[in-house]
Amino acid sequence: MIEPAAPPPPPPRASLSPILPRVAWRVATVAEVIQETSTTRTLVLDVPGWPGHRAGQHVDIRLTADDGYQAERSYSIASPPEGSHLALTIEYLEDGEVSSYLCGELRVGDRFELRGPIGGYFVWDVNAGAPLLLVAGGSGIVPLMAMLRHRAAALPDLAARRALPARLLYSSRKWDHIINRDELAMLVSNDPALEVTYTITREPPPGWTGFRRRIDRMMLAEFAWPPAERPHIFVCGPTPLVERVATAFVELGHDPALVKTERFGPTGAGA
Amino acid sequence: MQSVTAMDSMRLDGNAAAGLLSEVFARDATAARATCMQCGATDSVGALHLYAHEMGAVLRCPSCEAVVLRLARTKTDVWLDATGARCLVIRLS
Repeated sequence: MIEPAAPPPPPPRASLSPILPRVAWRVATVAEVIQETSTTRTLVLDVPGWPGHRAGQHVDIRLTADDGYQAERSYSIASPPEGSHLALTIEYLEDGEVSSYLCGELRVGDRFELRGPIGGYFVWDVNAGAPLLLVAGGSGIVPLMAMLRHRAAALPDLAARRALPARLLYSSRKWDHIINRDELAMLVSNDPALEVTYTITREPPPGWTGFRRRIDRMMLAEFAWPPAERPHIFVCGPTPLVERVATAFVELGHDPALVKTERFGPTGAGA
Repeated sequence: MQSVTAMDSMRLDGNAAAGLLSEVFARDATAARATCMQCGATDSVGALHLYAHEMGAVLRCPSCEAVVLRLARTKTDVWLDATGARCLVIRLS
């Protein structure tokens, strides 16, 4: 019998490593719950090993029932990269099996699975070097809030903010539905280069003199910088609003490549 | 069959498929540029029109609505059909 040849030496360790998912599932623990409006709340989370994120990115959340049934949804990150905790602002949707749990039963100390940060398209940072133009509908404010918080945190001095001005147009059905209204007022009071404009489409408060209609092209022309300024435009909200607004920006002469959109829908971010 | 209006309201951005795409690609695929096989338009994957459901995702060209990418997930596999993408350009850094 011939001795079998010695087995070849094992290949270098690196080639044996399994290919790991680029974005791994992690366990998030609820550190704080902040009721924002009657239908939205912010979950402040402890996520060990969180690698950091960019303003505008989102996470996927996975809930697993006792019988093994799993549901996954995407939610925008509300906190800026500079924040000490990851925060998600979530709107309760009547038929949302995930949002009803996150906005209802979930308590401080509860845990769930999350992966992220996700998405390299709908992102902004202060190195962009152009005016920041934001349009939100309802809970579409969330990723835009991360951008405004990032801008405030990353640019402490006024000269730097003036060099990178920002405008937000925020459409809401009712005054009380505006998420982060107090914080937005505070940001504006500390920042001459930030303008926030509201349009209240259903029930404006008594004495309201601002816009009270759905966002249209004329409103955008009044609110936005001219296309020659080449603002970076981010539009987030329900699909019909996003499509109307994005189309109008392009009709007004803005470069389509500078108009980035994120639609909130039933199976994606927001449900 | 769903009405056009119902389909329109289900339309999202390719950006929302980033989690599913991260199970396939080593780098963020939403910032990648995809060229539509049918009309030749090139867009960021994050800007494609996404029709998502529990099984997976269909990403369509925002210019001509042709299917560019399809992803489906089963218990054991992820299926990627890129027939509709003439080219996918993924930045390395």
